[in-house]
Amino acid sequence: MHPAPSIILFTALSGLGFGLMVWLGLTPGDKSAWVMGTFCALALALSSAGLVSSTFHLGHPERALKALTQWRSSWLSREGIVAILTLGCFTLYAGFWVLLDQRIPVLGWLSAALALLTVYCTAMIYTQMKSVPRWNMGLTPVLFLGYALTGGAWLAGEVTWALWLTAALGLLQVAVWAIGDGRFADTGSSTGTATGLSPMGDVRLLEAPHSGPNYLLREMVHVIGRKHSQKLRVIGMICLALLPLALGLVFEVKHMLAGVIVLMHLAGLLVTRWLFFAEAEHVVGLYYGKR
Amino acid sequence: MTTLPASTDKKLGLVIDLDTCVGCHACVISCKEWNTGSYGAPLSDQDPYGAEPSGTFLNRVHTYEVSPPSGPAQVVHFPKSCLHCEDAPCVTVCPTGASYKRVEDGIVLVNESDCIGCGLCAWACPYGAREMDQAEGVMKKCTLCVDRIYNENIPEEDQIPSCVRTCPAGARHFGDLADPESGVFKLVEMRGGMDLMPEQGTKPVNKYLPPRPRDNPPEIDVLGPLLAQSTDEATGFFGWLDRTLEKL
Repeated sequence: MHPAPSIILFTALSGLGFGLMVWLGLTPGDKSAWVMGTFCALALALSSAGLVSSTFHLGHPERALKALTQWRSSWLSREGIVAILTLGCFTLYAGFWVLLDQRIPVLGWLSAALALLTVYCTAMIYTQMKSVPRWNMGLTPVLFLGYALTGGAWLAGEVTWALWLTAALGLLQVAVWAIGDGRFADTGSSTGTATGLSPMGDVRLLEAPHSGPNYLLREMVHVIGRKHSQKLRVIGMICLALLPLALGLVFEVKHMLAGVIVLMHLAGLLVTRWLFFAEAEHVVGLYYGKR
Repeated sequence: MTTLPASTDKKLGLVIDLDTCVGCHACVISCKEWNTGSYGAPLSDQDPYGAEPSGTFLNRVHTYEVSPPSGPAQVVHFPKSCLHCEDAPCVTVCPTGASYKRVEDGIVLVNESDCIGCGLCAWACPYGAREMDQAEGVMKKCTLCVDRIYNENIPEEDQIPSCVRTCPAGARHFGDLADPESGVFKLVEMRGGMDLMPEQGTKPVNKYLPPRPRDNPPEIDVLGPLLAQSTDEATGFFGWLDRTLEKL
């Protein structure tokens, strides 16, 4: 699939923002109004920046509100609605804390639950695609939730949780890559089943329907992005898990180091999110003799 | 609503005969011609006369080579457009309700004034039947020429999809696949019509008729006719001439 920067940024940033909301909602500690205000502003900025950047890839962003109507069937619609509810609930929670110095834990718990649900909805948009076998498995939402909770824990300064979650996320990501690599073959789809000609013999494309590229090839058969996937996997794993773990276990994590680790985590997240799209193969490629 | 109807009164669709298709691409062109000038946004082209032309098409013809375990390979031309699936994954993912499947005839359509151009439906379709128009930013797909098949202002013989009307080989058939008395239903029964990628669980309405098995061609000795240049069997005037000149 085409790794559109707007979608990579959206899923990465909004995941971090909603992840931070979970921690601020569940374990806010005894933060002063100023400190809490800064954390909440960061969470709201990340999640809403993500939502705004997701509208950049729309053909008609001015009609975006219509996307809130089809929650009965569409995960994208559900995501939009739950995201707005989350932002509203969390703003209320933060507002009471920061402006009125009133702490309402119930609102925090509700915000945390809604934030997790938003990330789950985001993940389900990809998980539901039977046409993209690498995404179409139960581990995809687990992975998205893992990223949100881990990044959120680093941002919230929950160092102990962050270290454990980073280790778990690293293992989970490796497992998802390993299982994902075999997903396309598991479906049994081939150019033979795509054309229905497999009972006659081996099928290969002799002539493509068009000499140049088209929307389908640009959007769904993106070969360049995954050319260096093995190298990118190693780079991603170093930034995402190995360096943060090494630094976090050897040194005492204070503000400066936490900032460095958060930036490393973000770099690793962007690399692995790029791979999430670039490595995903759509079955339509079979009609073109490509993957 | 982007929930799918439990069942549709009719299942209008196409039956495409892979045995008959000659790969002329006339259906591709007539589809583009009709649909760029009627329902919804035109089917735009980008850089049409330049180095890298690209454009929106609702129907495309691939050509495949099928190599059986023994015997010669066979060329199969393969037109592909929306299959108007009963369990259409493109419809349920639509966040705005722009995509829908009609209860009365099963046609899958896009209401372009509701489409936000998110492209999710094109991702959900395993067949590559939907293409985003790059000029208009909305999703385009086969309408089964909904503006022809019910159009009483055009001659009756034209009240079928443009691709079917134009096919010079008669490889494309249109009808109600839910009606056991229809021509297309019988054709599918008789010729073993098949679904594309049934493992995707989309239950396509459109069916494809597999190519009939080819006759086994006799062994042909390519050099034979060239090597066997004999005049022994010549008779009549030329035989006499040959024999006479031989004696000289």
